[in-house]
Amino acid sequence: MEHPFMFLVALLEWIGVGDFAHHYPHVVYSWFIILMYVVLAKVFVRALEIIPSGGQNVFEVVIKGIEDFQVSIMGEEGRPFFPLIATLGLYILACNWMGLIPGMFAPTSNINTPLSCALVVFVVTHAIGIKMHGVHYIRHFTGAVWWLAPLMLPIEIIGHLSRVLSLTFRLFGNIMGEDLVLAILFLLAGKYFAPVPMMFLGLFTSAVQAFIFSLLTMMYIAGAMEEAH
Amino acid sequence: MSKRVFRLTMLSTFFVLGMSSMAFAEMDPTVTSTALRLFIATVTAAGFGIAIAAVGTGLAQGIAIRNAVEGIARNPEASGKITVTLLIGIAMIESLCIYALVVALILLYAYPMAEPVAKFIGVPL
Repeated sequence: MEHPFMFLVALLEWIGVGDFAHHYPHVVYSWFIILMYVVLAKVFVRALEIIPSGGQNVFEVVIKGIEDFQVSIMGEEGRPFFPLIATLGLYILACNWMGLIPGMFAPTSNINTPLSCALVVFVVTHAIGIKMHGVHYIRHFTGAVWWLAPLMLPIEIIGHLSRVLSLTFRLFGNIMGEDLVLAILFLLAGKYFAPVPMMFLGLFTSAVQAFIFSLLTMMYIAGAMEEAH
Repeated sequence: MSKRVFRLTMLSTFFVLGMSSMAFAEMDPTVTSTALRLFIATVTAAGFGIAIAAVGTGLAQGIAIRNAVEGIARNPEASGKITVTLLIGIAMIESLCIYALVVALILLYAYPMAEPVAKFIGVPL
């Protein structure tokens, strides 16, 4: 696919770091999303009131919704992991929705962004398991009875490694497929506004994929925290 | 199936099969080079791969939606929970089709292992 026009890449070209921006547009747009969230947070947390209104109300609803849903899946002992899950969910949501804006690029449509998120989830899951259970974390991998251990151990290890692959490819495939379809429709029938129905579908599926990623993270962490069979 | 429909079906099948020997002319090594035959094979594989995956996904998601709608019809109060569970299940099933799509895109845009395999079997690519 030939190079589409991207606003931030053109902006960085004007500054002079165009080479970096052309090769790594997903990094540039990741920084933009991070900056956007930091600025939004600073703006809305400036004057906290007991009875919220306006922007603070919106954010409180969002945060409370995510936290209640998380506690319903992970239980009370999962509360400390809320920042990770909310950050993953909101960051991936913003990354996915960036692809729908003309002139912007979705960082998750490059394989590196979903892969990095999935690796973080993998490391955090096993770190939580080892921290909570110590050496007995290995009992999660050996199955129900001790004489099945030589069979269950490789299967469980491959299953855990495949979680990284499945998380990555689910998110990457969905978002890259969406962007590819939008680009091709734009190329074929752009002046008849053909991409617009796909954009409506894309709003929904991007949100669902971000939700699924954070939901699977919650379930993996809950699985690492629970007692083995 | 009636006699007329049966006869028409047999006739059209034999017609297509009879004409099909012309279709494989491009597989003759003196007509097309190895690289072109590799391209034809990979594009065909990519097309059929994603088509078959889409069939499986459509059937599976249809079954999931049918049971979810039945559950909502029996118990309209639980429709919120059923909807959330339905969406989660549909995203899981969809991801299997996405794996097939990723493989098809790899075949189309980055012929994997074409050079090493050609060197291994000694065929100029």
